[in-house]
Amino acid sequence: MKKLKAFWLSSDMRRKMKFQREADLQWAQQVAERPGCEGLFSCLQCGTCSGTCPLSIYMDFGPRKIISLVREGFREEALSSQTIWLCASCYSCAVHCPRQIHITDVMYSLKREAIQQKLYPKRFPIPVLAQEFYKMVRRYGRSSEFWLVLRMALRTNPFQLLTMSGTGWQLMRTGRLRLGQDKIENVKELQSQMAGREVR
Amino acid sequence: MAATYGYFPGCSLKGTGAAYEESLLTLFRLLDLSLQELKDWNCCGATSYMSIDENSAFGLSARNLGIAHEAGHRDLVTPCSACYLVLRKTQDYAAKYPQIAKSIEGSPAAAALDAVKIRHPMELLYNDVGMARIKSKMVRKWKGGPVACYYGCQLVRPFAEADRAHDPTRMDELLRAVGVPTVDWALKTKCCGGSLTGTIHEVGVRLNYILLKEAARKGAKAIVTICPLCQYNLDAYQAEIRKETGEAFDMPVLYFTQILGWALGGDAKSLGLGRAISGCGSIKEWFPKRTQEVEVHA
Repeated sequence: MKKLKAFWLSSDMRRKMKFQREADLQWAQQVAERPGCEGLFSCLQCGTCSGTCPLSIYMDFGPRKIISLVREGFREEALSSQTIWLCASCYSCAVHCPRQIHITDVMYSLKREAIQQKLYPKRFPIPVLAQEFYKMVRRYGRSSEFWLVLRMALRTNPFQLLTMSGTGWQLMRTGRLRLGQDKIENVKELQSQMAGREVR
Repeated sequence: MAATYGYFPGCSLKGTGAAYEESLLTLFRLLDLSLQELKDWNCCGATSYMSIDENSAFGLSARNLGIAHEAGHRDLVTPCSACYLVLRKTQDYAAKYPQIAKSIEGSPAAAALDAVKIRHPMELLYNDVGMARIKSKMVRKWKGGPVACYYGCQLVRPFAEADRAHDPTRMDELLRAVGVPTVDWALKTKCCGGSLTGTIHEVGVRLNYILLKEAARKGAKAIVTICPLCQYNLDAYQAEIRKETGEAFDMPVLYFTQILGWALGGDAKSLGLGRAISGCGSIKEWFPKRTQEVEVHA
């Protein structure tokens, strides 16, 4: 049996579909109950979202396929996809959808779950940026572009700082780069307001 | 009598979008409108924050709305498209979903949620000030060529209150009112990629290359934006695009407030025109430091 498994893994032959017992249909129902995701089961699979999405050509699944994966209970596949992170939330799909499904909100909802379940693609910079942004706003109440980019680069690929330095210099030259960490006065008040409001 | 509006700048306008803040304040001063910055405002809870924790993202927004309400503002001017969308979404979702309303409950913002109207300067100039008044204050003629008005994504979608979602035209109308010719182009609401230029760099730059190329093909000599992130993305990577593709656009990427402010008599420095990275040659030619040719509009 072990040998057989090794054989399958060594070849390109992989099962792409799930057996029914592996699909998590309950999860699909849960997703559809979240705010903004209620239209999930009225999707026609017309593909307008993928057609209008400026980033679908870079995605592992387009938005239409993501909707389909969620509905059929392909939980890990949807949550660990790069698609949900490539979504720049431009709302083009949501505006063009003939069923008025808030696809952007579905993507947001999947992003949050992927972070909670630690299912996001590792070293993929977008979830790292989101996490650093979140931490920064929690601590200081505001974000500082310079520190945010620096932290993200250090956590993903520090070498990219070399290629970024040109742009950084241009911004500095034109007075558009603030080096200090921006902070609100009443951080304590903000933090206490936020306390207990987490989903986690 | 000068009308006073609440003002929520957002993080970008204090950094990469400094020219947007400068030109906005100058333009409003020239129109005898006053902007009062919210005291101790916090991050709007934009795209990236929303991806981690939705409930507290709405809480962040609600705090700002609460501050605006306590200061007695009925209108909150929000120049950044991302801030505009999140603040607007907070109001909409709190009204629609009881669980979200509940998460804001108890904060000073809860009562204030609908009392403050979120305004984008483009829509405010169009509706409250009106083209006639802007025209009557015009003192300079436009020296540059036709421009492409780029609306980007989050201002017009999904709420479509600032303008129509599919084919926005208000920025074109405002600019034409001060004699700036605008080109018609199909990509005016296509996404610039937002923070992608900082994360998946090649993909983000590619999106901006497409926008620059199409604007140039339609004969535009500059792109005019309404969002600090769009301006940054289109402006900062033109040298890199030239290296990659061999195409030199050298396209100035301006804020609509800079062009309107110039027409109304603002000087280059107070409009932040020296902060551009690309197309500096054209900018110097169109917006000379010393202007003798001030023409008072009849």
